[in-house]
Amino acid sequence: MGQNDMSDTTATEAPAAKPAPSKSSLLSMLFADQFATVAACFVILVILCAIFGPLLLGEAASDQNLRARNAPPFTLDRGWLYILGGDALGRPLLPRIVVAAQNTIMIAAGAVAGSFIIGAVLGLTAGYSRKLVSEVIMRLADVIMSFPSLLLAVIVLYVLEPSVLNLVLVLAITRIPIYLRTTRAEVLEVRERMFVQAAQVMGASTFRIVFRHILPVILPTLLTIATLDFAFVMLAESALSFLGIGIQPPEITWGLMVSQGRQYLTSAWWLAFWPGLAIILTTMSLNLLSGWMRVALDPTQRWRLETGGKKNG
Amino acid sequence: MQKAIGKRAISSFISLFLLVILVFFLSRLTGDPAALFLPVDASEEMLEAFRERHGLNDPVIVQFFSYLGDLVRGDFGDSLRKARPALDVVLEAFVWTLQLALITMALVTVAAVTLGSIAAFKVGTAFDRFTSMLSLIGASAPDFWIAIVAIVLFSVNLGWVPTSGTGSVWHWILPICVLFIRPFGLILQVVRGSMLSALGSAYVKTARAKGVKNRPIIFVHTLRNAMLPVVTVIGDQAAALLNGAVVVETIFGFPGVGKLMIDSILQRDFNVILAAIMVTALAIFIMNILIDLAYALLDPRIRA
Repeated sequence: MGQNDMSDTTATEAPAAKPAPSKSSLLSMLFADQFATVAACFVILVILCAIFGPLLLGEAASDQNLRARNAPPFTLDRGWLYILGGDALGRPLLPRIVVAAQNTIMIAAGAVAGSFIIGAVLGLTAGYSRKLVSEVIMRLADVIMSFPSLLLAVIVLYVLEPSVLNLVLVLAITRIPIYLRTTRAEVLEVRERMFVQAAQVMGASTFRIVFRHILPVILPTLLTIATLDFAFVMLAESALSFLGIGIQPPEITWGLMVSQGRQYLTSAWWLAFWPGLAIILTTMSLNLLSGWMRVALDPTQRWRLETGGKKNG
Repeated sequence: MQKAIGKRAISSFISLFLLVILVFFLSRLTGDPAALFLPVDASEEMLEAFRERHGLNDPVIVQFFSYLGDLVRGDFGDSLRKARPALDVVLEAFVWTLQLALITMALVTVAAVTLGSIAAFKVGTAFDRFTSMLSLIGASAPDFWIAIVAIVLFSVNLGWVPTSGTGSVWHWILPICVLFIRPFGLILQVVRGSMLSALGSAYVKTARAKGVKNRPIIFVHTLRNAMLPVVTVIGDQAAALLNGAVVVETIFGFPGVGKLMIDSILQRDFNVILAAIMVTALAIFIMNILIDLAYALLDPRIRA
């Protein structure tokens, strides 16, 4: 119920603030989809936790209280920090989840940004250059695609010592083909359009055509994929940390917290349950947002949100 | 068609070759197997003898070419851990994973296509919203978390199924259910979207205008056309299933190729890692060809 109230109040406030027309129409399109609104609020909350969590709760999250070892959730006896219970060393779970958001989000954001930029640049190159260059780039993508990414990450991380930076690198490399292939396919289509030919006739440089004319057209598609991929990368990082080859203690991520809680499953289920729930809620929100973006950024489907209704075709 | 398969075979072979080179040198960087396999108090002579016996003293580049030479003769080397031919070890494990993947994928396909089609047909209804929610949760769920929550719930608390291992039909239930979730969510979304656009197409309107009933419209007109993108996703997901298999097999102690690879990497059993990679890549290659054939079967335009 609380979530519904939130979306309602924000929706009524929307018409009041109308500084830039393009932005507010995007916002009102967001409010037209209640699920997407809730998802966006949740993602913003997670991002805020990731930025400010360690500053505000860093101390509380590493504070051991041996009398609160595996303390059960839903009691306020030990203060609100222990509302989700305590872990095996008596550290409160709620602040730990908030603090762990930073590593979780930072790794996923770094990996997505890295693979997005490299993939998009390579894809633009492959799509707009001669056949040989394009072939070489695509074959390299095939090498990465031809093998389950998790196993490749396991091998590389085992060689390279697991650290935040290496984890970001490995995850970024395994996700490059996604952006590369999409970008190339879109470029191949867009480069045949009239405005690209017009730019060529007017003597624009290749660099200018690719970055000023083609890139803006395919950017919405790439952003939609990146949102979805953010969820995927988060799951991959969690799985690696869970297997013990991702983030190493005392650093924490949600995946590692699930892994640490695993040995207390039968006696204290909440240790593994809450961080897992944080993962699933975040990935779900990202999936919902990506679905909304696909509609909102597509001119042929946008009317569904602009008419503000749930009118399915 | 044959030309396309030939071209794909060549490019897959090149990919695989590059991958083998990469993994060969990377895995050698993880350290000395002798230090892991011999006891801590082993003398320097014993370590030396172990390295000599397994050819670990040669320069890495020499090791690489002698490995390639053996490979050409069909010899994948021996597993250090099990002192048996690496290929046998891998194939044994692979049969387990293949069974697991095939059963899961068959169930996923049937469930996702059925529910997705119905959802598309009843678009906007409660059923549609329910399946959309279901697929969203499925596509977002961390498999390792689902696995351990399932163990607590169904094995420990309710005692319906064993926690791990193999031996009876009951041991298969949890791994299959956990592996089922993510591809089910993803494929369901694709089926629904694809069916929706097929149902809105001109040929369906024509069929409706002719007075064709609902059932033939679904099964004769739309399903076949809507299946093309679905087949692609099923192929992708079947390959991605191997990722899931690593996690699920580790948690459930299932003797498949995913668990074998993790164990081999941690124990520096190089020959097994490489053999497992090649067998997996071959399996993915064969599956891609099957996907292409399925395309041709569904769409006469591709056959030409």
